[in-house]
Amino acid sequence: MALLEVRDLHAGIEDCEILRGLDLTVNAGEVHAIMGPNGSGKSTLSHIISGKPGYRVSTGRILFKDEDLLAMEADERAAKGVFLAFQYPVEIPGVTTMNFLRAALNAQRGARAQKEFSTPDFLKRVREVAKSLNIPEGVLKRGLNVGFSGGEKKRNEILQMALLEPSLCILDEIDSGLDIDALRIVADGINALRSPERAMIVITHYRRLLDYIEPDVVHVMSKGQVRKSGGKELALELEACGYAQFEGAA
Amino acid sequence: MKQIVAKAAAGRAMGNLFAAAHGRLPGSGPVAHIRARAFEAYERAGLPHRRIEAWKYTDLRALIGEVLPLAPRPDAAALVRAARSVKQAAADQAVKLVLVDGIFAPELSDVGRLENGVDVRSLREVLENSADSAIAALVLSTTTDAVISLNAAMATDGLVISIAEGRAVKRPIQIVHVATGSLVSTFTRSYLQLGQGAHAAVLESFVSAEGTSAYQTNDATIVLVGDEASLSHIRLAADAADAVNISSGIIAVGAGARLDLFSMTCSGSISRYQGFVTLAGEGSELSANGVNLIRHKQHVDTTIVVDHAVPHCTSREKFRAVVDDCGRSVFQGRIVVRPGAQKTDATLTTRALLLSDEAEADNKPELEIFAEDVTCRHGSTLGALDGALVFYMRARGLSEKDAQALLIKAFLGEPIEEIATENLRDLVSAQAEHWLLARR
Repeated sequence: MALLEVRDLHAGIEDCEILRGLDLTVNAGEVHAIMGPNGSGKSTLSHIISGKPGYRVSTGRILFKDEDLLAMEADERAAKGVFLAFQYPVEIPGVTTMNFLRAALNAQRGARAQKEFSTPDFLKRVREVAKSLNIPEGVLKRGLNVGFSGGEKKRNEILQMALLEPSLCILDEIDSGLDIDALRIVADGINALRSPERAMIVITHYRRLLDYIEPDVVHVMSKGQVRKSGGKELALELEACGYAQFEGAA
Repeated sequence: MKQIVAKAAAGRAMGNLFAAAHGRLPGSGPVAHIRARAFEAYERAGLPHRRIEAWKYTDLRALIGEVLPLAPRPDAAALVRAARSVKQAAADQAVKLVLVDGIFAPELSDVGRLENGVDVRSLREVLENSADSAIAALVLSTTTDAVISLNAAMATDGLVISIAEGRAVKRPIQIVHVATGSLVSTFTRSYLQLGQGAHAAVLESFVSAEGTSAYQTNDATIVLVGDEASLSHIRLAADAADAVNISSGIIAVGAGARLDLFSMTCSGSISRYQGFVTLAGEGSELSANGVNLIRHKQHVDTTIVVDHAVPHCTSREKFRAVVDDCGRSVFQGRIVVRPGAQKTDATLTTRALLLSDEAEADNKPELEIFAEDVTCRHGSTLGALDGALVFYMRARGLSEKDAQALLIKAFLGEPIEEIATENLRDLVSAQAEHWLLARR
């Protein structure tokens, strides 16, 4: 049984169809890279899988652990194990990172009928992960992402991912806005979370990220479909030839 | 024509009320004379309506129509019912002074726990003692505002609190107004005076006994903050769902003194707090903040007039309103800078968060500046919760209501954080939390 199955997905915003019959199968333990030009529908796919409102799905289905993902609210999907690392993490003044992490973790545990973390256990866990991501503790006491640099915001996304322990991680252009050192820290954080039970979908424009996070499968998306899938060598081919060869293909 | 009929009706109802209250209102001689004059002033104006600019958004004539008969003196059963509400409303460590249906209830109050240098008497006692005529006149002073005149005419009781020079009062003083009677009005008037260099925190709570409904409260508090003194004055209106609460604060702040004012209204059908703060001494500072939590068909009005009468004074105002269902929020903030009040520094920000399509918020900031070397700013925003923030939180597993609650708390945080006394800040936060819980 695949962890995630997307079948013939047609979806868009209002009357504009962005995904035009997309198929994708992701098994537990695998890391999939999705590459493609601007406007090919990569971010739309990540939004629809995570349940962002405002999209209309006309046909097709998404199964996650054999359940109909499209029938669930965004928070139910999160509790089932779907995690989206945002391309542009939002700033929330007045809600500290620490309080937010705790609320999110306990909400998910509550939805799964698990016991809430005790305060010392929670703090211990947060400190461990924050340290590994080079996030100073003072940052956790500030408003969520408020005044954070691009790199700090992305590290904060990985921090949340590590704490919430999802089974499907979707990383939407996690490399955008990162310098080379920050990229390495983020990639190390992601690699530390690779496991046989967990799958990842890494969305990126650039092969560079895949030097740090080695994918099992690479997909090329264009015009709302997966045009080609292959091993990590496909990324190299793309870098040499560009996306143009896929633009016209059906 | 219609308007004249309405005014006559309101006036007539009131005339009956005043006549009926005869014998229940403390004070004779000069006090009775002040009351009669105040009542005449009220009668000339009638209940405020939308053509009175200061009451434009809170047309009492349309909203409440008439003033209900005066509440009877609480009997033993009423005091028992009141005691339960007082217990719930009590702030940790505070010294309570309780007014039940507009009458001071020493048996429910902590008179014995008052600290040295804090003198408390009931207004009734002051008005009935002819030696106190000067205080009586001060307490019953009126403005051009009709509801304040009405209050002066009808006040049955209240508290006259005086804090001695240089005295730092440790425990907060909590004035608890409890309503136990339905379909009646109460009129209370209190006077709080801080001597030079004194420090105190005063919390005013408005609550009702279980099962009480549709009452009207008209309270006025006159506050004098002496030179170099500091006062934290917090009001928490948690009236019955269908109650009316019109409260006025007439406040003067002396030289080098500081006032921290905080007002929260989280229930009641029609509420208005109008605060008139005069920065009367040079170098005085005002921090005025507030939070209104509004739902159902509630109408909540906060009107603050800050009068910079002298140079070198600072005022900071931060107000927030959260409006759900068909609620209506009104905020009016006027800053007056008198001629010669140079180096005035005044800031006012007001924000409203609308949680439903039917919710309404009216913000009216006004600056009247008659001096040239001043810094005055005001800002006003109005909006809904940001969908992108809600989605971010839901994508992390928070339910829609939980995500909203967290964002609303963040929205309210800034003014609440201004409350310096920790247990009072916690009390206000707990009220906000309680309000939010009911949205789940």
